[in-house]
Amino acid sequence: MVSFFKNSRLRAWFIQALVLLATVGTLASFILITRQNLLDLGIATGFGFLDRSTGWPINFALFEVTARSPYAHILLAGLLNTLLVGLLGISLAVLLGVIVGLMRVSRNFVLNLIGTTFVEAFRNVPLILQVFVWYAIFTHLPSPRGAISIFGFGFLSNRGLMLPTFDMSGWDIVIFVLGTGLFGYLIASFASSRDALRRHVWPLILGVVIALFVVLLFIGRTPGEAIINVPELRGLRFIGGVAIKPEFSALLVAIAVFGGAYIGEIVRGGILSIDRGQIEAARALGLSNYQVNRLVTLPLAFRAILPALANQIIWLMKATTLGIAIGYPDYFMVVSTSINQSGQTIELLSLLMGGFLVINYSIGFAMNRLNRHLAIKGQGG
Amino acid sequence: MTAVIAPPQIETTYLGWAKRRLFASPGDTVLTLIFGGAMIWFFQFLLDWAVVNATWAEGGKELCREVSGACWSVIGARGRLIFFGLYPYEEHWRSTFACLLIIATMVLSCVPWFWSMKRLPVLWLSGFGAFVVLMYGGIFGLKVVTTEQWGGLSLTVFIFCAVVVIGMPLAIGLALARRSKLPVVRLVAGSIIDLFRSLPLLTILFTAAVVVPLTVPDWAQGNKLGRVVVAFALFFACYQAEIIRAGMQAIPDGQEEAAAALGMKYGSRIFDILLPQAFRNSLPSTINQFVITFKETSIVTIIGFFEIMASANAAVGTGEWTAQYIEVYFFVGFVYFLFVFGLSRYGAYLERRARLSNVR
Repeated sequence: MVSFFKNSRLRAWFIQALVLLATVGTLASFILITRQNLLDLGIATGFGFLDRSTGWPINFALFEVTARSPYAHILLAGLLNTLLVGLLGISLAVLLGVIVGLMRVSRNFVLNLIGTTFVEAFRNVPLILQVFVWYAIFTHLPSPRGAISIFGFGFLSNRGLMLPTFDMSGWDIVIFVLGTGLFGYLIASFASSRDALRRHVWPLILGVVIALFVVLLFIGRTPGEAIINVPELRGLRFIGGVAIKPEFSALLVAIAVFGGAYIGEIVRGGILSIDRGQIEAARALGLSNYQVNRLVTLPLAFRAILPALANQIIWLMKATTLGIAIGYPDYFMVVSTSINQSGQTIELLSLLMGGFLVINYSIGFAMNRLNRHLAIKGQGG
Repeated sequence: MTAVIAPPQIETTYLGWAKRRLFASPGDTVLTLIFGGAMIWFFQFLLDWAVVNATWAEGGKELCREVSGACWSVIGARGRLIFFGLYPYEEHWRSTFACLLIIATMVLSCVPWFWSMKRLPVLWLSGFGAFVVLMYGGIFGLKVVTTEQWGGLSLTVFIFCAVVVIGMPLAIGLALARRSKLPVVRLVAGSIIDLFRSLPLLTILFTAAVVVPLTVPDWAQGNKLGRVVVAFALFFACYQAEIIRAGMQAIPDGQEEAAAALGMKYGSRIFDILLPQAFRNSLPSTINQFVITFKETSIVTIIGFFEIMASANAAVGTGEWTAQYIEVYFFVGFVYFLFVFGLSRYGAYLERRARLSNVR
């Protein structure tokens, strides 16, 4: 026995076999016990339940979902809600973060102080507390009768923010979003190989996107109806326009502000890591402060912060699950309600984990592509 | 012919400072005036609300109608609920004492004398053990208070400490397993770490609270708090393991090779040579992870625990004080701020210290 453990190769095999056995055994026992428990409860396993109707509605969805919609539709609506609040919140957080980061390294004492106060105030308090605070503020606004009017076009009340909309169907919006992505990609890849076009990429994309929007707006509409749909107060509620619910706004603002504070610190770190000589050289060439920021500081800092920024973005995406605390039906909330209602625990849990794995790996993949694209060419390959 | 240019003079007077930091250029002056004005207005407003026009008087919510600022009376009326949750009224002193004990443990572990692989675990295990004894009771004539009745700040502190105390050894184990020479061990540890890191904490805690009873045999279920804490600790360990691994990678290979050449055993190589250096290298990230973990304890409120976030919601949830939500959230936010800001300032101090001692 002693000589067995002295032999390092045998010992290695033994340990590995043990670890493998333990892992497989644990997983197998999970599956077997769960199957037995579910059978005892009279729940059939399998994904057949996705076609059954749910019997409960959700209060916020990008497309029409009712209590009679099948589970598959509600789950998809939840996933889209997560992506909507996550992507919008992250974009705002990055924007805010860049501003705060620049304030934090500014020579101006007042800007510096505002940046520091912002970061310390919002970074040191849990995100969920901030979600609750924003939600409480948004739901304590005046009722629709006393709504705060925004130049007569929008109204802010405890039912949410009412905004005018263009009169477009859901499919128009889907086509518009997909079209924007497709044309943007095509134009960018087409222009990158032609020097004459490269400088006009952004105006070109903008023009095509606006043209697409106008075409969609006027195709298949009933003549004589208004193009813009302005909300109006009728009795106790608003008619027309689009309502941005307080649940959505609270989660969005909380993610943008909390994320902004964290990303501000990342941006500041990136700017401080730039070789001072680069900035001094830019000044010596006679560039203005704005030009130094836009052409030298930010591009260099962006390279330095990309890995940390990618981590933060993935973190913020995962943090959207906190929406359940205030009743925003994100992917996690619809999955957990589905588990309660249908009992299809294992299937729904694997869908939940699969969904987040796909989202996170997509973000990671995109960030890696961007990183490789931006990396300084010719330094260590 | 070379003209020598004098180095730029930095004026050290107040006037010079103002010229450099406030009025360096016309654009700067405009920015200073606009944002400075806005900031003064904001802080004036905050001060008026929180102090000048506020009341601390004890009593019902009728007092709040008389003031235009903050009505801190709600803290007096609901403070016990916020701090102690459902903990029995006459045992509140135990909860207070337990929290102070943990704070003392935290402060003590900032003292460099305790920074060794033996003293720190002993300090934390005894501090945490004493905390659990005080909170749970059952011996020394203390009445038993089951975990269902725990709440408020002490539950927050309990979850944080339990996660760190259970999670830290797990993290070391996972980090060592991930750099093991055995491919199967490496693969299993790597998969666990990657899986946990790519899922939101809330989904993991939800799984532990709701789903695990279905998937494990009855004897392994424990109570809900126990399951959630263990799942949280695993989540923490997966993040912390990567931090420790990064700290190990920064150690030159020669260190471990030299130890092996001297004939040191595996355990001794790890605990006397590798880990102390790895921890020193990863101290800033570790403290950052503690900060994040402390804030994330608030997430358990969603799966039905009565820690300080949930008790704050309960304090304004009942009809009487609903209008005072800002005051209560402000107060709870301040409690979190004290812990988190203190910890992160300490982390920044350690970082500065490490930078200075690295200069040779």
